[in-house]
Amino acid sequence: MGFIDSLKISFEVWISRIFKKKRAKIGIYGPPNAGKTTLANRIVKDWTGVASFGTVSPVPHETRRAMRNEGVQIKANGSSIELDIVDTPGMATKIDFKEFMAFGMNEVEAKKRAKEATEGVIEAIKWLDDLDGVLLVMDSTEDPYTQVNVTVIGNMEARRLPLLIVANKMDLPEASPGRIKAAFPQHALVSVSALEGSNIDELYKAIATHFG
Amino acid sequence: MDLISGEKLENLTSMEKIRLILDKVKTGRIVVLESGLTPAEEVRLIEMTMTEIRVDEFSGIEIESYPSKKEGSFFDKLLGRGIKGRMTVIGPANQLRTIEKDQFQISTKVSVGD
Repeated sequence: MGFIDSLKISFEVWISRIFKKKRAKIGIYGPPNAGKTTLANRIVKDWTGVASFGTVSPVPHETRRAMRNEGVQIKANGSSIELDIVDTPGMATKIDFKEFMAFGMNEVEAKKRAKEATEGVIEAIKWLDDLDGVLLVMDSTEDPYTQVNVTVIGNMEARRLPLLIVANKMDLPEASPGRIKAAFPQHALVSVSALEGSNIDELYKAIATHFG
Repeated sequence: MDLISGEKLENLTSMEKIRLILDKVKTGRIVVLESGLTPAEEVRLIEMTMTEIRVDEFSGIEIESYPSKKEGSFFDKLLGRGIKGRMTVIGPANQLRTIEKDQFQISTKVSVGD
């Protein structure tokens, strides 16, 4: 990143802090199968009543196109913020069609999904340039030191944009949000189960605080 | 395996670094970067990798670096330059596997002749 770009980003951050936004474009990021779309569905359903935002599946890379839901108004902590929520495809550094065949897909379907998944990753990366903040969803049952997590956090820090870590899948017995907190202690973290909705009110309070 | 010095990386543009890494990794080499990549370069490397994935030829990369560490002076932070790249290991996804990683150590396994 060049000197002028750095200066421009710093200036924009100052301006946005001085004139606190009440509308923000927030990207939901994370590795495949962390529960991004489940979380997006939960937020949109809770605040707009719309039943579903995107489809979920145990097969990785179910979301292969970014989807935006505009004007989701969240009220918490006595304040209100309007969000444009962008549910992004899972980010990955490798995509092998054979992984999809392990889920019962035939070779043609698996190759098609792999091709679309690579395009989805590129789309997710492109969206980073156009966001006011990120909800980084991590699977609390998995090792948090994945390169996707490290890279997304590094990029948000470099851009000096707000980031909130969502430690998802708290409903599972092997969930360990403490491991995520220990890995990235400099960032705020909220533990939730997007599937069951547990602790989701704490997430809304944190969203209002961080992005409002 | 190629260990690339920080000095060499400093003299390359972002695109040159990414091209150098991908060209090596696609021929089966493991690359260790002494001073790593910036977060912006890491994300561009992932983007370029996605465009080069080919069925039965190249399924992507395994890349591991440490979580970022904020450093630098007040003016570095003011200009958003407070984050420096850290040692990074990159290899073909079908040959390099990360076994364990934490803030201070990356343990990987390299398969030969896959």
